[in-house]
Amino acid sequence: MGQFLRDLQTYSFLQYALIAGLLTSISCGIIGSYVTVRRITYIAGAIAHCTLGGMGAARFLQKEYAFPVTPLQGAVAAALLAAFLIAMVKHHSSQREDTVLSAIWSIGMAVGIFFISRTGGYNEDLMSYLFGDILMVSQRDLLLIGILDLIIVGVVLVFYNKLISVCFDEEFARISGIRVELFDLLLLLMIALTVVLLVQVVGIVMVVAMLTLPAAGAGLLVTRLWHMMVTAICLCLLCTTGGLAISYQLDFPAGATIIIMAGMVYFFIIALKKKWGKA
Amino acid sequence: MSFSFGSLSVLEDVSFNIKEREMIGVVGPNGGGKTTLLRLMLGLLKPDKGSITVLGKSPEKSSHRIGYVPQQRLFDPLFPVSVLDVVMMGRVGKSWGGPFSKDDREFAAQALKDVDLYHKHQTAFADLSGGQRQRTLIARALASSAELLFFDEPTANVDSFAEQNIYNLLRKLNEKLTIIVVSHDVGFVSKYVGSVVCVNRMVHIHPTSEIDGKNIQEIYGTDLAMVRHDHRCSEKGHTWVNF
Repeated sequence: MGQFLRDLQTYSFLQYALIAGLLTSISCGIIGSYVTVRRITYIAGAIAHCTLGGMGAARFLQKEYAFPVTPLQGAVAAALLAAFLIAMVKHHSSQREDTVLSAIWSIGMAVGIFFISRTGGYNEDLMSYLFGDILMVSQRDLLLIGILDLIIVGVVLVFYNKLISVCFDEEFARISGIRVELFDLLLLLMIALTVVLLVQVVGIVMVVAMLTLPAAGAGLLVTRLWHMMVTAICLCLLCTTGGLAISYQLDFPAGATIIIMAGMVYFFIIALKKKWGKA
Repeated sequence: MSFSFGSLSVLEDVSFNIKEREMIGVVGPNGGGKTTLLRLMLGLLKPDKGSITVLGKSPEKSSHRIGYVPQQRLFDPLFPVSVLDVVMMGRVGKSWGGPFSKDDREFAAQALKDVDLYHKHQTAFADLSGGQRQRTLIARALASSAELLFFDEPTANVDSFAEQNIYNLLRKLNEKLTIIVVSHDVGFVSKYVGSVVCVNRMVHIHPTSEIDGKNIQEIYGTDLAMVRHDHRCSEKGHTWVNF
């Protein structure tokens, strides 16, 4: 661990990586809890994979036509669009939801791969999109991550009561006059933003694990939604910071190390609960 | 009023009135349209023909005066909420957002006392028994200061002691509120409610005293054995039990 702590004082890329992990953990814990209790992991998965389309297209425009867009901005646009589409299909269409999700999932990826193949230069970026590269986070990315974090925390603070009602019992919420479609859309948009943050840290393929494992672990320990969120944030912090340190020290891939750590924490909590818990 | 799903007619020329502070049972066979009728009255579905008026307005406009108590077994046992959290949800429709007010908290606390569950307010909803969950959901409906309460199978999956408890609670609430109970349990309904709405595509309304083999056969369409619920055999011979 010594090497990591020493280098942390010298290298700004390592500091940025650490800050990115800390900031992402906040929205990951909060939104992950919603995704887990609402059982919509597959929606998060579809949004995550769809961001490849946005990143590929943005990078293509940036490199070939010098457009002032970054892949991260492309990812935000694609994720929000996907969330919007999913909300429309859920409430206003008779199509099978899982069919539409699979379509968004794979068409998004196909579009991404198409644009990446049309973009000149090396395609080393593809790997970092898929599996994350927390060590490549720039100062500008950090600013965007911070803003997205603030938006998510703000919205959840204001609408916590409405969101929990909609998640717990949609029908009752509707009868009490809550605009369920609106809050469902809001939740999906926040999931989209969180997914984009997580793509930076652990990559498209592993986003779902980061949204569910810490939240599910937290859910085993506490019995109220906001307690679950706080606990999940702590577990996310543990996994991102610990994972980053271990991967740096031992030269492991950072995203994968973080996810393996999240998996170990989850199974450790299950084991603890089996041994000492009541259920 | 009529309603159909696509070409499948579920309710045909249904028309009835419910008076204030009545306790009404809605009974009928599975697939007869009970749930559809309930969802129409709650404003979750719209009739194809005719109209529904709840408390003088459309169901949506009256929504803040309607309380709904769904079946407790439909809830996710892993959802992390305390009893008080669930009851507070009855207040969520009252504001645009932000934290709950002092008023909200008082209404919720009172509602929990009304169902005799205040001592459990910090317990996890998932750790309650079926009957306690049902009472929590009743408190949630009461917290919204509803004047009209709808119950969907309130005694499904609760033991007979809790069932008794819930019906006593309904009677108490009925002193101030209008209550509509959807149930497949004719025997139960006939024991507790004033009149029944029998639903099997058509709707018949009877005072409960009139329920006999003939109209039950009419609703259910087959011969059914009537079981007397108020009659129990003991070791000493026949005794009549009054509830």
